[in-house]
Amino acid sequence: MSTLPEPIEQLLDAALVGELTVVDSTGHPVTYPLIPLYDGEKIYLTSSTLFSRKLEHIKANPKVSLSITDPVAIGGRTDRATIQGDARVIEEDPHGGWERLLPIWEKKEPSIVYFLKARVALPLFFERALIEITPRRSLYWADGSAATAPVVADAGKAAA
Amino acid sequence: MMVATSEATPRTPSLDVRQGLDKLASYPYAILTWVDADGYPVSVAVDAVVDPAASFVTFAAPAGLAVPAGVDISLTGSHIRPQPGYGYDERRHVTVWGRAATDGDRITFEAARAWGWDEAEVPFFEYSERSLGQSKKYFDALSVERGTPVKPKLSFGWLALRTTRLPFLSATIVPVVLGIVIAARQGFFDLPTAILTVIGAAFVQLGLNVANDVFDTASGADDANVTPTQFSGGSRVIQYGLVSFRQMAGLATIFYVAAGIIGLLLLALRGSPELLVIGVAGFVVSIGYTAPPLKFVYRGLGEIAVAVGFGPLMLLGAYVVQSRGALSWEPFVASLPIALLVMLILYVNEIPDRRGDARAGKRTLPVRLSKATVIGGYRAAAIAAYAILVLGVAVGLLPIPVLLALITIPLALQVSRGLEPNYDNPYGLMAIMGVNVKVHLYAGLLLLAGYAVVLLLGAVAPSVHLFIGR
Repeated sequence: MSTLPEPIEQLLDAALVGELTVVDSTGHPVTYPLIPLYDGEKIYLTSSTLFSRKLEHIKANPKVSLSITDPVAIGGRTDRATIQGDARVIEEDPHGGWERLLPIWEKKEPSIVYFLKARVALPLFFERALIEITPRRSLYWADGSAATAPVVADAGKAAA
Repeated sequence: MMVATSEATPRTPSLDVRQGLDKLASYPYAILTWVDADGYPVSVAVDAVVDPAASFVTFAAPAGLAVPAGVDISLTGSHIRPQPGYGYDERRHVTVWGRAATDGDRITFEAARAWGWDEAEVPFFEYSERSLGQSKKYFDALSVERGTPVKPKLSFGWLALRTTRLPFLSATIVPVVLGIVIAARQGFFDLPTAILTVIGAAFVQLGLNVANDVFDTASGADDANVTPTQFSGGSRVIQYGLVSFRQMAGLATIFYVAAGIIGLLLLALRGSPELLVIGVAGFVVSIGYTAPPLKFVYRGLGEIAVAVGFGPLMLLGAYVVQSRGALSWEPFVASLPIALLVMLILYVNEIPDRRGDARAGKRTLPVRLSKATVIGGYRAAAIAAYAILVLGVAVGLLPIPVLLALITIPLALQVSRGLEPNYDNPYGLMAIMGVNVKVHLYAGLLLLAGYAVVLLLGAVAPSVHLFIGR
């Protein structure tokens, strides 16, 4: 069930890269560029165990945000959004559990299937955990400019 | 100051505030992020004016949002270049942390620390290798959480291939088969012992490959190497947590025991003291390459050990099995170009490993010599390999058709020319290392093809003279 305003869903579908921000143990925001994968209800990102510090932060504090800001990474669109939400780490099977998202991932990064076939070259890159974000609130800038106040919406509710 | 890491090897090069701000200034906009009153991060894109010299950034206060003062916030720059139908490249990002203060309708940001990654500066594979400690930490924590060991995995076939470095068996197959073929040309051939020789020699090399990983892990050489390639830096299955140190030591032992049993069987079947001497010498060179007390590679003798082991010892060993101990100059001379070319595989592969090797105390030639000398050394050894071949033919020790191997000279030239521009770029050097492996393999196969011609003509046209002066 869709919980986000339609323009934000379009951004999530289009974005080759978004910025995941987590909060570390000292309360500082830490931002990681990642490919956002949206299934129409929840937002997913994957993290290699090589770069898994973000997972430690999420396990300690699940409050995260994902911003979509780069016009180059969203096919020239100029609107921007930030989605706040609660994240959980799914890691029952780091070897292959994440592959259920491969069809969505492949649409954005077709080369990933070729890299996966050659996983022997870099095995740990393909040992991955899933980050599942349940959206709570969204901020949307139709013109992409911080000079304009964002449209704020609680997830699943009409825009404020 | 970089973000602290728990690993011995820093994940990314140190980035001070000035460098972080310099990088941030190169992005078209910055992503301002703070943690709101509900505890969630908020991000908004702002047009930042960066003054790296003053560790200072200003930007217009975002409309409708209250940026907190007195707490750490961050500014991030992020870049990719989309590649339609493929994905993206040119990945880089930087984050600068600091504190904000409101100055009218603008916000001033005083930077305190920075962190980032640029794949143009630290290639992705190196970044991944530098992050092995984080992966280990992840699996260790997951194991504790579940109360049972959780390890990274690889399918059995891929794991076997990676662990044993099976594709490099060509370094053994080429000289062994050549030794058998030369013996056959001289009228000595026994199929069962020929097959046993190939299998036994393959076990020796597999034992060497695995033992090399064991001793390089024990010495710290493989852990210190953050720029391994498919041709260098070992199999890394221990570093990746795919196979344990103990399992690898056990596997090396199995390979060596299997090789030893086959060697004893060949001795029993052929009864040659020469084979015993060559076999013992081969075992000593193989195990002594990295293992104490010999540790040839740590004493600056690694290249010579490999040349002797994968050249004369392999070739003459295979030859004397067939000849029942009789020796001749032909297999010895034929083994010399092979010895030099296989030595050059190791030599070039040592170039990207040289920093890790130096830290581990391995005195390889690229560790000890300057770039110009190493490149000159490659050229001298390659010229010597081909010159020996030509001289061997000229003096009638080798048959004329083996000159087919000269076809590989352009490949050797390609390697020679590729060393200079890629000397400090391990990933650029990978293609050159691949060509270098082909120089040895193709030269060996062409030597075999030359001998096949000799055997064929010997059968159908014995009056044709294929040795000068005979």
